[in-house]
Amino acid sequence: MNGPVFDIAHMLAGGLVLVSMMMLYQDRLYALLNVFALHSLVLTLSVAWQALIQDAPHLYVTAAIALIFKAIVIPVALHRMIRQLGIHREIETVVGVGPTMLAGIGLVALSIVVMLRVTPEADPLAREDLAFALSVLLLGLLIMVTRRNAVSQVVGFMSLENGLVLAATGAKGMPLVVEISVAFSILIAFIVIGVFLFRIRERFDTVDVRALDDFRGRRRK
Amino acid sequence: MNVLSPLLAFDAVAAVLLVPVVAAALLALLPGYRITARLNVLASLLTLLAALSLFVTERPEPGQYLLVDDLNIVFIVLNAFVGFTTSIFSASYIAHELETGRLTPANLRFYHAMYQVMMFGMNLAFVSNNIGLMWVAVELATLTTVLMVGIYRTHEALEAAWKYFILGSVGIAFALFGTILVYLAAQPVVGEGYDAMVWTILVEHAATFDPALLNVAFVFLLLGYGTKVGLAPLHAWLPDAHAEGPTPISAVLSGLLLNVALYAVLRFKILLSASPEAIAAGPLMMTMGLTSLIFAAFMLYRRRDIKRLFAYSSIEHMGIIVFAFGLGGPLANFAGLLHMVMHSLTKSAIFFAVGHVAQIKGTQRLSAIRGLTETHPSLGWGLLAGVIAIAGLPPMGIFMSEFLIVSSTFARHPLLAIPLVFGLLVAFGALLLRLTGVAFGQPRGSVAPGKASYIPMYAHLALVLGAGIYLPPPLVAWFQHIANLLR
Amino acid sequence: MVLISALFVQAFQMALVVLLAPLLTGLIRKVKARLLRRQGPSLIQPYRDLLRLLRKEAVVAENASWLFRVAPYLIFATTWVAAAVIPTFATGLIFSWTADLIAIVALLGSARFLLALAGMDVGTSFGGIGSSREAMIATLAEPSMLLIIFTLALVAGSTQLSTIAGFMSSPEVGLRVSLAIALVALVMVAIAENARIPVDNPATHLELTMVHEAMVLEYSGRHLAMIELAASLKLLLYISLIVCIFVPWKLAAPETGPTAYLAGLVVYLTKLIVGGALLALFETSIAKMRVFRVPEFLGAALMLALLATLLRFVSRSL
Repeated sequence: MNGPVFDIAHMLAGGLVLVSMMMLYQDRLYALLNVFALHSLVLTLSVAWQALIQDAPHLYVTAAIALIFKAIVIPVALHRMIRQLGIHREIETVVGVGPTMLAGIGLVALSIVVMLRVTPEADPLAREDLAFALSVLLLGLLIMVTRRNAVSQVVGFMSLENGLVLAATGAKGMPLVVEISVAFSILIAFIVIGVFLFRIRERFDTVDVRALDDFRGRRRK
Repeated sequence: MNVLSPLLAFDAVAAVLLVPVVAAALLALLPGYRITARLNVLASLLTLLAALSLFVTERPEPGQYLLVDDLNIVFIVLNAFVGFTTSIFSASYIAHELETGRLTPANLRFYHAMYQVMMFGMNLAFVSNNIGLMWVAVELATLTTVLMVGIYRTHEALEAAWKYFILGSVGIAFALFGTILVYLAAQPVVGEGYDAMVWTILVEHAATFDPALLNVAFVFLLLGYGTKVGLAPLHAWLPDAHAEGPTPISAVLSGLLLNVALYAVLRFKILLSASPEAIAAGPLMMTMGLTSLIFAAFMLYRRRDIKRLFAYSSIEHMGIIVFAFGLGGPLANFAGLLHMVMHSLTKSAIFFAVGHVAQIKGTQRLSAIRGLTETHPSLGWGLLAGVIAIAGLPPMGIFMSEFLIVSSTFARHPLLAIPLVFGLLVAFGALLLRLTGVAFGQPRGSVAPGKASYIPMYAHLALVLGAGIYLPPPLVAWFQHIANLLR
Repeated sequence: MVLISALFVQAFQMALVVLLAPLLTGLIRKVKARLLRRQGPSLIQPYRDLLRLLRKEAVVAENASWLFRVAPYLIFATTWVAAAVIPTFATGLIFSWTADLIAIVALLGSARFLLALAGMDVGTSFGGIGSSREAMIATLAEPSMLLIIFTLALVAGSTQLSTIAGFMSSPEVGLRVSLAIALVALVMVAIAENARIPVDNPATHLELTMVHEAMVLEYSGRHLAMIELAASLKLLLYISLIVCIFVPWKLAAPETGPTAYLAGLVVYLTKLIVGGALLALFETSIAKMRVFRVPEFLGAALMLALLATLLRFVSRSL
């Protein structure tokens, strides 16, 4: 693995972690969506670079899916949805930005420690891709946990999926089945989400999940 | 690369997979709920027949995608059987939902199609030999159930479905990460490409994999699939999803979907135990199992909703099963397998009964359901028999499997037997306390006679009773063989 | 001869920074004005302002202590020393052994300390508010700065600026994500330290939003001139610092002759112009944040610096 090849892969994968941290910092829906689009864009570049250096043309498909669906279609659709619902106000984070980011740093440290320790013999690029992927995954989880708004939970989930794609492409020669299925599942997930938001809108005129919690415990007739 | 050609090679396996797919397509197109409900039953019956024919036909060689061995046949047949009986129950249940206007014909078309897609997903998860494909199948089954849990579109149903979706996707993510790690562990030994994801090849070479990587992978897989099994720290979706979805779906969730995830955990446990230097999977599974058991046992006391009550009972029993498989050894594995089969049959029977009760009374509140044996004898006694079975009283089959689990725990880890027995007793007390009123109390609420057929419920209970009294030797021999396979 | 030429280069650098600083401020104001479609003051307006201030009488409050009178000179002196030792166009200056990042942070810290004291000295409420806000910003900015230095030191193996610059221009450094993050964090710290938008607005006189301006409100005449010049110097210093660490191209090595020095100087001026223009562009495209959000902004810088330190362990040397 010579210098620049490794460096670019390293920058892109690390950039994904950085953008994940940026998502933790965002507290407005539009900004969050824009950062998510950036996240997917970085992922696209990273996957495309992997396709180039691994000489694995099928990864370009994954990159294209990431670009078209996750960097363009989904953010645009969610943008429109937010505008229609009129919920472009601040996200209500459960805990403040500071503690959240501190927790995020802790998770990054944890994943680096865990993944580097268990993969001493693997290819350095795969090792660090795994460490970064686990960080992105855990940060996505953190976004889902700290946000109460349904749209931002969805965004958190999709960023988590981006981490998985990073891990799958970092694992050299992983069969195509998985990549397509990952993309496919995201698509399904999106349909599910779309249906959900539509229905929630139908019922409550809000997508704040906390509004749903108020009904907990009261049984239907 | 061609998925279809290996599929067509095995006729029975192909039937198990293709019947639900074709049926789902048809059900999505056909109008009229009477036809579709019958078609749903028919498709499930065909799937069951195909599954049964797996016993007699010659087993194909394990391929790149598909595998049939002793272990998964149990799961497939159980799956097809409960799927079939549930479809019968569902036909009568859904007719009532349509009358009361809780569901529309358009909902129903969707419901039936999704039912078959879910059956396809579960069957695919069982027969897949590729760990990536298995993950896809489990995810497919999960997503369809998410959609079905939310089908009533009430506040609670949506909240339940959302919670299920969020927790389920976290589980999915962890499981995929674990799968990728397994691939990475296999890649240096087996080489790049498809072979490093084929389960049979993985098991063969597992001894030479990097043990540290395998350990981490297993932790992720256990967390990921364990979420779907409903193990304690990650169980929060389960009671809501059971309580708010249509009752046939609750029956399928408890009886089948939990088994799918369990099956995945078992496959990876075998993989891990094939590597001598990796950590033992047993203690991890035993800890999670015991935690779930004791936690769920205490939660049983505070339930006010009858479906939630039995959902927690499912967590409890999955805890017992995971504990048994974690304990390992021929006897405990045998007992775990038996317990899983018995639990699936009993729990779905109970949900059938609960579904009818809830429709007659128009509520799921425990306090509003009283004195069933008086007003609806056949239903009330059926429910009581189910509760006796699930609480682990003789002569039902669950008594036998629980007895085997407890005795083998005493033999191997006497100290662990104490919390195990404690948990079982607590759960036992809770169930009886909650259900005596339901069965024998002062009748309350509507006393309209139920119109539905109770055949599926009684069929399940008869099987459970039969297993408790007499297990046919071929079945015992077969289960023992699998138990040895599981190590 | 060597000593004389080194001394000469050092003296040139000292003169250069103090002469360029107002020009940089003027440039940024000009670019900002043009971006807003205004004509804007001329480039040399800051020099005129300084000269006018120097000529004017310094009005000092009755209850001001000696500290109030001494502080501006001390602030200017410490900032000047810090700015003079940074390798701007050449490495290996005669004082470069003092150009240690930690020493620079300490110098700037003492300047800030003096300014905060002076702000409180007269006892007006504005000065007090400004000082307390400044202290709040400092408590977050300095740890971030130290963490960034820590990362750089881990990567380059030294806190000596010329060594770091040398390492950074060598091919072995490569692209590192931890360095990229450190750059982002450093830019955020620089924005906060220099009281730029979005943390503070250098052009405001609105009491709710002032930080830096509130502290110097009581100053006038030559005292104010010193403080203004120190502020310009600090801005120059930060831009030079970022440029020197992250784009150390064409820095003249010691004793390489006048051509190299000249090339270094031209490139340095270009870098300054680009840096100033970028700052102006950034400032016009963003709104000032509320004072209570500043800890969040700086907290993010701190987190980024921490992240940079962490990610340093995942790199080519794996």
